[in-house]
This record gives sequence, structure tokens and C-alpha cells, in this order.
Amino acid sequence: MTAAPEIAIEVEGLTKSFGDKTVVKDLSMHVERGQIYGFLGPNGSGKTTTIRMLCGLLTPDAGHGTCLGYDILTESDKIKPRVGYMTQRFSLYQDLSIRENLEFVARLYGLANPKRQAREAIARLGLSGREEQLAGELSGGWKQRLALGACILPSPDLLLLDEPTAGVDPKARRDFWNEIHGLAADGLTVLVSTHYMDEAERCHEIAYIAYGTLLARGTVEEVIASANLETWTVSGPDLHDLADKLLAADGIDMVAPFGSSLHVAGRDHGALEAAIAPWRGDTRFTWTSSGATLEDVFIDLMSRSQDNFQ
Amino acid sequence: MTGDPVPVPQTARRHIRLPGLARLWAMFIKEFLQLRRDRVTFATMIFIPLMQLLLFGFAINTQPKNLPTAVLSQENTDVSRAIVAALKNTSYFSVTRIAGTEQEVDHWLRAGTVQFVVEIPAGFERALRRGETPSLLIAADATDPVASGTALGSLSGVVSHALAGLHGIPKAQTSAPFEIRQHRRYNPASVTRLNIVPGILGTILTMTMLIFTALSVTREIERGTMENLLSMPIRPLEVMLGKIAPYILVGFLQAALIFIAGYLIFDVPVEGSLLLLSGLSMLFITTNLSIGYTFSTLAQNQLQAIQMSFMFFLPNILLSGFMFPFAGMPVWAQWVGEALPLTHYLRIVRGIMLKGSGLTDIAHPAMMLTALTLVAMTIAVTRFRRTLD
Repeated sequence: MTAAPEIAIEVEGLTKSFGDKTVVKDLSMHVERGQIYGFLGPNGSGKTTTIRMLCGLLTPDAGHGTCLGYDILTESDKIKPRVGYMTQRFSLYQDLSIRENLEFVARLYGLANPKRQAREAIARLGLSGREEQLAGELSGGWKQRLALGACILPSPDLLLLDEPTAGVDPKARRDFWNEIHGLAADGLTVLVSTHYMDEAERCHEIAYIAYGTLLARGTVEEVIASANLETWTVSGPDLHDLADKLLAADGIDMVAPFGSSLHVAGRDHGALEAAIAPWRGDTRFTWTSSGATLEDVFIDLMSRSQDNFQ
Repeated sequence: MTGDPVPVPQTARRHIRLPGLARLWAMFIKEFLQLRRDRVTFATMIFIPLMQLLLFGFAINTQPKNLPTAVLSQENTDVSRAIVAALKNTSYFSVTRIAGTEQEVDHWLRAGTVQFVVEIPAGFERALRRGETPSLLIAADATDPVASGTALGSLSGVVSHALAGLHGIPKAQTSAPFEIRQHRRYNPASVTRLNIVPGILGTILTMTMLIFTALSVTREIERGTMENLLSMPIRPLEVMLGKIAPYILVGFLQAALIFIAGYLIFDVPVEGSLLLLSGLSMLFITTNLSIGYTFSTLAQNQLQAIQMSFMFFLPNILLSGFMFPFAGMPVWAQWVGEALPLTHYLRIVRGIMLKGSGLTDIAHPAMMLTALTLVAMTIAVTRFRRTLD
């Protein structure tokens, strides 16, 4: 084997349209080996399309790049054996048992002794004793574990996980992420798309994509800092009413309710101060200056790109 | 889009009369819209009745004409020439071959190249002039009794008429001055089931094999497993062969079941080699599986795949010689029939089971089946979408 490249994914200018709808526009990304790279963005923003282009399931209309050192346009036959792709929708055979599914994957990748490989994977997954259960009968959390188990069975160098934790309970999500971190520690590169902010914060680096365009990337701290968003948290009565009034004011870019408080944010320090001034003195409300959270930043990015989109 | 709130229509909540009718109308509109989107269903609705009408109306003829006939003339006289000329003139027979030897004639009959052989024995003319009532020999391939019946019945009249114009032939008073000796080969008693059972075998295999593989790719697409499969290192040829192979076994078991039932219940013999029959049945099974698989790569969903299979199945039944005599169809229909696997399989099965044909007799249909298989597989492998584009 050749020396493993230090860069797992390096693509530039990826573009993909379906009909007259451009789903991914001029997207570039750079993922280093052993990283957990979070891929965030609203529904329909092009995350799945990008992942599919990386593993050769879709052909980009424009752009070029490499995945594990192989050209994504011409060498997808070499990429496929070394990439584990976990689809958004469970895509193992529901009418096959856990064991049969894993043996199928092991045989397809040409692993030696597929029966033993499958047995070991079942033990690793904690599914011993249930190997004859049909995959379609498993609960959401177990399906996801099985799918991940099938992905890592052929020991890939890169994992592409498309919203792996959608609809999975918090405990299973935490276990899942612990496993991902364990795999990354062993040198596996993981690209994971998600909607959950807590998951984004568990990534080494993140990229935010909306309407096919990459809007921000870097570590969580870098992304928050680059948004340059100043945030206040306000609590008190009739917050819904207050939110409407604040939104109408100049200098406020985002108002979002969080339980019994509101997050109020703006990019311009002076304008924000001026805008909230009329309510600062109101004793019914408590104002605290807080750092922007990742979610504040994303909602702000999303609303801005939506404006551009329209 | 604007930021203005969507105005709520004031009439939205007003109740209308006959709500049941409105619901029915809503359903009616919805069904029509869905039907319009589903182009293959729409095509099926137009294509199937049209195809049935055209095939039954133009292609199918239960009193077949122009049946391929060989003449083996042991003498060259004005009488023999008159008989050949008369045969050529009738619409029932079509003299396609002039034979030199008995062996040639036997081979043609076994291979199904001709359906009749008219043999004019040596000394026929002399015996005729002497009033000795000589025999004209006719051998018929009676594997399909329907196809040969009418033509055989017309033969005596055709020959009498031809001879009537010749000098020195005694005029027929009460009976013809010659006799016709018929030899129905392969199915002397004209038992229909001897012809039907091999036909049913081919028909059942066609239908079941087509459906098995027609669903195989579309099922993976519909269940979402195709995305996973495509992301794994497997090639289209491997997918195809892996999906076809198990069904060859299934089809073979099915064929064996029909053979055994045909033998035990209907007394249908196997005159030729059982091994050859098994081998070529496997080939035929593979042909249909490949065609079904090709439909699977062309169809968008399982329903379309079934519809395509059915549209392919229909001409197989009507134009293969299973329901109606092949030789009786017009030339264009025969050309269509030549492109259908069942046509060739029927020749093979009838040949081996009833005529005892060997590989040399049925090499042509066997080669045609191979060619059809390869064409279908090539289309399937090139049409198989390796990406989700």
C-alpha cells in the first residue's frame, strides 16, 4: 500500500444540478485524515448530494478533487472499497437477518472468512444472541448501530455518515458519538452530516452549507468568531410580544426564543445597543450579555442566505 | 415570496351542498392526475388493446396457408412437373425446397424447416397412364395438428385438378386416378396435448422467469437498498449474474416439474436426448431471466417492470406458434416471432420431445436463444445505472 495521504478529502468547485435546480454550487472542502468533520445545513441544502458526489454515487457537473488520494471523477472504483457510506435512510436488507446482512457486506468487500468477520462484528455491536433477528424488525437506534457496524466492517479509511442520528434517542446518540471518536482516534476520517448543535460541537471541524453554498467552515470557535455576532439573553413576561417588537427594530439581526428566554443578536455593536435600549430599562425584563452559541450563528447564517436566495 | 402573512380566504369554511359528491370529485381528479403522470400505465392501456387487435386481426390465421413444403420427385415427367406447379399455385402450400434424397427430407422435417414433404415415386406417371392408381406420398409434421389439417385435406383436389389438363391421363369418373398416402409423422394420432404440453412448458417458464428478474433491480431501488449497493465495490455484470443465477435453478426445478407431470399425467414422451433438452431448457430460462433483468434496469418501479414484462409476454404467446400455427402467419409477423425466445424454444422442445431431434437439427433455434440472451445482457449491463444521477 502507498503511504496514506494526510488529506482525506480535497475538492474544489463541486457543482451539481438536477434539472434547472442547482443543488450544490461551487463547493470546496478540505478534510484532514483522522478528523471528525461536521457537515451542517438546513434540509435540502445539498449535504446528501455532496456526500454522494464524494463516494461516486453522483457525478459532479463541474469541479474536481480527490477522496483518499483518488480522483472522484475517474477513480470511484478505487474509492469505493475504502469508504464506508451510511445512508440517511436505512439501506441494509430489511428481509435479511443481522448476521446475513453483515456476511453479505463482508463477502462483497472480499474479506477473508466472512462468517467469522460477521460474528465478530455482531459481538462488537453488542448484538450477540440476536443475530438471527431480521434487520427490518430492529428499533431505530439498533438499525443505526447495525448500519454503522456494516460500514466499518471492511475497515474503511473514510466514513461518510449522512444524518446518522436522525430519530435516535439521546443515550444512543451519545454512545454513537463515543464510538465515532474511538474510530477517529484509530486514524479513521469521518465526515458526518447532522442537524444537532451538540453533535456539531463534538466535531473537530465543521462546515455550514445552505442552498448549495458553503457559508462557513473551521473549528466551532472559529465559526462562531467569524460570525461576529453579539448576543443578549433576555427573560421576563410576554416575550412573544417583545420578540415581535425587537424584530422590527433596526440593528437586530436575529431574535429566537429559547424556553423562557429570548436570544437577541446583531452584528453591529452600536446598532444593537441602540435597538435594545428602550427595553433595557424595563424592570420586567432581565438582560444578560451572552456569547453567541453555534445555533445563533447558524440561524443567522441561514436567514441571511435565505435572503440572498430569494 | 414576501413577508406578508398569507390572507385566509373568507369563504374557505363555508359548507357546500352535497359534500359526498365533492369528495368523490376530489378523488376522481386525483386519480386522473396520477394516471397522467404514470406514462407506462398509460402506454399499457393504449398498447395492449392495440396489439391484441392487430395480432388477432392480421397475424393470426387458424387456417394457415403457405406452409413450407419440400418436394422429393423420383421422376422428371410432365406429370411430376404439373404436380409441383399446382402445389406452387395453391395458397396452402409453399414449395420452398426441392429435395434430392430421403435423408435430406428427413432432416428438414426434424429441424422444422418444412412442414410437408410431397414425394412423387418413380414410375408414378407410367402407372397413372395405365390406370393403376399409384400412390402419391405425403409426409406431414403433425406435431401441431391444427397447422397441417386443412392443407392435407385440400391436397387431393389440388393434384386432381393439375392432372385433369394433361393428355392421356384417365379422366376421373367416380374416384381420383391416384391415391394419396399420408404419413403423419411424430404425432400420428394428431393428439393435441402432445403439442400443447411442450408449449405450456415454454409459456409458464417465460412468464415466471420474466417476473422474477424484472422485479429484482426496481425492488432494490424502491426499498432504498440500491444506494447502499452502489456505494459498495461491485460491478454491474456481477450484480446481474448474481441476481440471475439463483433463478436458473428455480426455473430448472419448475421445468422438471412440468416434464414429469407431462410424462406421468399426459403421456408426453421424450423421444430425443433428455440431457440436450435439459441443457437447452436452461438456456431458454437464462434468456428470459436476462430479458426480465433488462426490463428491471429500464423501469422506474416494480409496477412498470411488471407492465413491460406483460407487454413482452403477449406477443410471445400469440406469435411464437404456441397458440396459432407459425407458418400460417404473414411474413412480418413471422419476423417478429423470430425475435421472441418462445418461438425458438417451441421448435427445440417439440423437436426433442416429439421428433427426437438432435443438436444438429435444432442448432439454429439454439443459436438464436444464445444471441437473444447476449443482446439482453449487453443492454442490461450498459443500461444499469452505476450512479444515482
